[in-house]
Parts: sequence; C-alpha cells; structure tokens
Amino acid sequence: MSKNAIMAGLAIFVIAVLSPFWFNLGGTDAAPEPELSAKAKAAEKCVLDKYDMRANHMSLLDEWRDAVVRDADRKYHAANGKEFQMSLSTGEDSCLGCHEDKEKFCDRCHNYASVDPYCWECHTTPKEINQ
Amino acid sequence: MLEIAIKGSKKYWIWLGVLGAVIGTGILVYMDQFINGLMTTALSRDVTWGFYIANFTYLVGVAAGGVMVVIPFYLHNYEKFHRITILGEFLAVAALVMCLLFIVVDLGQPIRMLNVIFYPSPKSMLFWDMCVLNGYLFLNIVIGWKVLEAERNQIKPPAWTTPLIYLSIPFAIGIHTVTAYLYCGLPGRGYWLTAVLAPRFLASAFAAGPAVLLLLCYLVRKVTKFDPGWEAMQTLAKIVCYALIANVFFFLCEIFVTYYSQIPGHMTHIDYLFFGLHGHNTMVPWMWTSMILMVTAAIMLVIPALRSNYTLLPYICVMVVIGTWIDKSLGMIAGGFVPSPLHHVTEYMPTVKEVIISLGIYGTGLLILTILYKLATRVKEEVRG
Amino acid sequence: MKKSRRSFLKVAGVSALGIGIAPALKAVEAATTGTPGAAVRTKAPEALTAKRWGMVIDTNKITDKIAGKIVVACRKSNNVPDFNHKPDEEKYPNTRPVNHRQELKWIWEEHFNNAFPDKEDDFLADKFKDLPFLVTCNQCKNPPCVRVCPTKATFKREDGIVMMDFHRCIGCRFCMAACPYGARSFNYRDPRPFIADIDPAFPTRSKGVVEKCNLCAPRLAKGLQPACVEVSEGAITVGDLEDPNSEVRKLLGEKYSIRRKQELGTEPSVYYIM
Repeated sequence: MSKNAIMAGLAIFVIAVLSPFWFNLGGTDAAPEPELSAKAKAAEKCVLDKYDMRANHMSLLDEWRDAVVRDADRKYHAANGKEFQMSLSTGEDSCLGCHEDKEKFCDRCHNYASVDPYCWECHTTPKEINQ
Repeated sequence: MLEIAIKGSKKYWIWLGVLGAVIGTGILVYMDQFINGLMTTALSRDVTWGFYIANFTYLVGVAAGGVMVVIPFYLHNYEKFHRITILGEFLAVAALVMCLLFIVVDLGQPIRMLNVIFYPSPKSMLFWDMCVLNGYLFLNIVIGWKVLEAERNQIKPPAWTTPLIYLSIPFAIGIHTVTAYLYCGLPGRGYWLTAVLAPRFLASAFAAGPAVLLLLCYLVRKVTKFDPGWEAMQTLAKIVCYALIANVFFFLCEIFVTYYSQIPGHMTHIDYLFFGLHGHNTMVPWMWTSMILMVTAAIMLVIPALRSNYTLLPYICVMVVIGTWIDKSLGMIAGGFVPSPLHHVTEYMPTVKEVIISLGIYGTGLLILTILYKLATRVKEEVRG
Repeated sequence: MKKSRRSFLKVAGVSALGIGIAPALKAVEAATTGTPGAAVRTKAPEALTAKRWGMVIDTNKITDKIAGKIVVACRKSNNVPDFNHKPDEEKYPNTRPVNHRQELKWIWEEHFNNAFPDKEDDFLADKFKDLPFLVTCNQCKNPPCVRVCPTKATFKREDGIVMMDFHRCIGCRFCMAACPYGARSFNYRDPRPFIADIDPAFPTRSKGVVEKCNLCAPRLAKGLQPACVEVSEGAITVGDLEDPNSEVRKLLGEKYSIRRKQELGTEPSVYYIM
C-alpha cells in the first residue's frame, strides 16, 4: 500500500469517526433551561432531588417499570415523604401529570444533548390527547 | 493471511462487485423494513415466522453438515478428507453468519437484541440457540484460521486446537438439535410436535451440507488450481446419499404415524401441504416437487454408475439442495402455521422485499465464503508448489 | 519489527480492557446500590388482588350485540389498533395501505368449531352452531408462551396474569408460535394511525412488539373491573379462582364448564359455561 493511499484512508477515517460532531455543529449553544409548569412549581418536591433526578431519571423509570409490570406495585412513597404514581404519563400524580408540557420540560435538555428517547412512541402525552 | 484476499483476478473483483451490489440493495430494502416495521413482509397474525426463519433453519443445517467432513478426518484419520476439512469449516462460518443475520432481520425490535444476553432465560430454546450458534461460529473461525495458518507455515497446528476441534463436533450436532427443539416442543403446533423432528433435521442437514460442499468442490476445481480430490468428493456423495435416504425415511415415518392414527390435529397440516385445505393449495406443487426431487436424487445417488458420473453429479446435488430447501424451509413454516390454532387458513408466500433482503443476506454469506475460500485455496496452492 | 508490533497490540488490548472495565464496574456498582433514598413501593390500597386471576364466560348470556360491545370496549380501553379505522390524513399523512391479515385483536368472536377445534361435532346442538364464542388469552397456569420467551418479556405474575413487558420484547414472535390458542398479536407496523381515540390511561405500543390481553391489569390495580366485564351485562366474570368464596368459584360450582384444548396441559384460567 502506497503512503498516499494510507494517508488518504486515515483522513477519511478520522472525518467519518468525527461525523456526529459535524452533524451537531452550529446547533444549540446556550445551556438548556427546562421550564417548570405551574403545577410542578406548586408541588415543590419531586420524586428525588433535582440533581439526583437529572442524573438518574432513566434508571428510576426502569425500576418503576419493573415494579409496575412485574410486581403489580403502583404507589411510590418517596424518601421525602410524598406519594407518587409510578407512571410516566397516566394520572395526576405521574411524571407528566405534573410536568405537563413535554416540549417545555423534557425536550429542552434532550434536544440539547442530542438524545432521542423513544418513550413517546408508546407513552402518550396529555397535550397530544387534548389536541 | 488476509492480504491474500485483496489480490485477485479481474473476475474475482467483478464477482465481489456483483455481491456488493446485491448486499447493498438488500441493505436499502432492509432500511425500509427497519423504519416501517415488518409490515413490508407477507407475515400475518396467523403465520408469524416466514422466509427469514425458513432460510435460517435451512442454513443451520448446512452449517451443521460441515461436521460430516470433520468427524471422518479428525476422529478416524480418514486421509481423503484432509484437504477439504477447511472447506467444510469455512462453509460453516459463512452459513452461520447468514443464520445470525436472518435472525436479526426477523426481529421486530432488533436494537433490543442484547436483551437475550441481559436477561438470560435458560428455559427458552432461543436462548440456547444463541449460545450454541455463536459458540460454533467462534470455534470454526478459530479452528479454521489456526489450521490454515499452520499449513501455510508448514508446521503442525498448535496443540490447543485439538480439544476445540473435538468440541466442535457435539456443537455441530447441538446447533441443529437446538434449532429443531425450537419447533418440536410447542404444544399447539401439530406438524412440529413430533420426536422425529430433530433426527429429521439432522438427516436433512447431513444431506444438504455435504451436497453444498460437493458443489463448492466442483467450483473450486474450476476456478482455482486446488483439487479437493475426486475420491473425497465421491465419499461426500455417498454421505449425501444415505443422509437423504434417512431424511425421506423419517418423513415417511411421520406420514405413517399421522395417517394411521387418523388424528385430525396432525393430519390437517400434511393435508394442507400436499393436498390443499379448503381450496387453499399454494404449497401443493412445491411439496410434491420437493418429494420428487429428494426421492429421485436418492435413487440416483444409490446407483454407483450415476453417483460416479462426473458431469451428472453436480446436477444431482442441485436436486438435493432444492428438495431439502423446500422441505425444511417453506414446508416447515407453512406446515406448522397452517391451519392456525383456531383452524383458520392464512397462506404465506414471501413478498419481493423479503426476498431482496434474503438475497442480500445470501450475498453476504457468499462474500464471506468467497474470501475465506480464496484464502484456503491460495494457501494450499502455495504449499503444494 | 514483527515482534514489537505484536507486543504493541497486546499492550493496547490489555489497556483498552483496563480502561473499559472502570466505567463498567462503576455502572454495575450504581445498578446494585440503586437510586439513593429509602423509597418504598406498594400497591394502591384500592387495587384488586388475587392469588390466581380467572375468567368465567357464560355463553348463554352472550348475544351478538354484547359480543360486539365487548370487542369495542377492549379495543378502546387498551388502545388496540383497528385496521378498519381510516387514519387521520393530517396527523398521519401517507400511511401505507393496510394488510388485514396483520390485524391485532385481544378478544374476539369465533364459532364453536374454531374456538374448540378438538370438540368438532357433526351433531352439535343447533343453539351452539351460531353462538358467538369470545376467545382471548387464557392466562394459563402453565403457559408455553412464557417458557419460550428468550428475554422473559412475557412472564407469569404472582397473581396468575400472564403479562407483557413491552419495553423488553425484542419481537422474535416465539411466544406467538408457542401459544396453542392463537391469542397473541404482533405490531407489524406503528399502531398509532389506527387508534381512533387514544385512551390516556394506558400507553399504546410501538411497532415490533407482541401484545395480548393482560386482563386489564392496570384497571385491576385501580380497583376497576376489566373493560370487557363492565360492558358484558354479567356475561363475563373475573375473579380469584383460588378463593372459594369468589363469584367465579360460585359460578364454576353451579354449572358445567369447559376450557379450550384442556389436553395440552396449559391449564387455562378462562372457563366457558355451556
């Protein structure tokens, strides 16, 4: 293999491997600001504290799913004393019951981090239904 | 050793180009299926496994058939097979890769396929299928590579390959038995719920695998300077012969049990396949063709004058391959799912998109086979001067 | 040169393994210690519970009208797509034409000979020849579908309901092959365009997963009866088969009932009073 072929191949490889960065260039530069709905502000306390939720909400939802589907338990008594329904989208005291608008809350950080969770393929949002 | 694969004649590169085009088309059509779901197939609520799983079943058999050259040489020092064991092992590798690809394209949620590893379910035969298929693939890659490398360097293969070779033999039997167990343990499917299914699968595999290998030997003789040996090919033909007879015999046993006992739950499926049910008879010409091909091929292979006829033998092999393919893929699926557990008839014939994706997978297998065989034959040509 | 390249690769491989192990260990540690806080998970106090959920269908009380209502109620309550529904052009433009053979149904009507193919009878009483028989998942005590699932996405819950975990299902459809009753359906395509009104109390499913009747487990957990029971005008009763004082046991004690394909050993929990 000639030296030129090797250098050319290497260059193509580097560009290809960095392609996710090229795709996201010129996108969001400001830090994401999820908006708390009026209901959420009134509730004050969430399932876990803010930083814990931000880091662990996915594994929390995972555990909740196993509890609901496999153990038939649906009530969550949080460490801070409040009770929640272990549900993403159904009922008043589910996640979306409080944080009603997914676009103003969930999507803010998800879009910034280029994360596309497929929860919404199945779980309906209250806004969607009332449309 | 891989550098051998990038030096080839014009015909070689044209062949790789054709395969690339077939694979590329398959990938494009698969993207449609990936985005829109399996609605692009002809599968239905009643027939939930189709062309993909059908081909998967057949190719597991072809992969297992490689053991028919490994056992005589490694266990019984049958020298005539010395030159072609590598061809058998590499055929198994290509066939196994195709099997795994067929499973992936058949899944409704392929991005979740690692769940089978995260949540192991030892009671499920699919779990064990995943284990033995990947295990056998790994064994064949390692053994084939090491043995070929040793031959190239004109030394004996390392000692640790010997226990792996011995291990690959029960694995070969295992992959096809487990695949048969996928089918024959299901209580609601009368066509599959029979103890003879696993032996039948193995017999069909030991006919189909060596038949494909025999055809590949002809090809190798034609396009390379490597000669697998006419005697070895004759022995392969004899193996195909007796395995085919066993396959037909097992099927006739199934026919006897079903029709002598007159149990409708079992009869309806064979009625559908061979005589049509309530006017639905898409499978009838296919099944009779398969039977005629298999029986004729078996008879021809038994007659020494025909079996040793150099020009006739490849055609007999093609008959074997087509006959066993129809029986094991289309026949197995249609027979199992029709009629449904509620005795409704929903027929199945693959859509064009399914066939294109399947051809893309066959193209991938042929690509792997081409490259591996190029390595094997080139090394052997080198060594023999 | 050869030797140093080989040893370079060896060192690179080992270091990659070493660097890779650290986050993997961290993830395992996080998973086992779990999210912090002494949280407790319980059932809602109003939830209906049972040791073994079962269903009794009184075929004498089922008319075509009631059967129709049941099928519709189940579809609506569980967001089961209806391929006869035309998708909303604005929300779902360019939906491809449907293949009715890929339909989904959780409970539906069959004739006697299809519901009970092992009991086909030339001299069947006229009354039963045209009677609608409702067939659904039998919530078997010994379910073959659970045995074959490679990911335990379908599993038997402690209370006897054979549940589906739609998040875990890889769509291999082995359970559909294993079910001797044809009770399961597969989402060959995205179901959303075919759901007329999405019920917010239960999620829809995505393409590529298998689904079936779950005995309205989410409704039972809220203290409600399953959707089919509510509109059946007393024809369907759901209760605890292992509670000798339950309604279902009383019905089974009074009248003769049959189950589908009993000889297969699946021990179905759905009884039909003839």
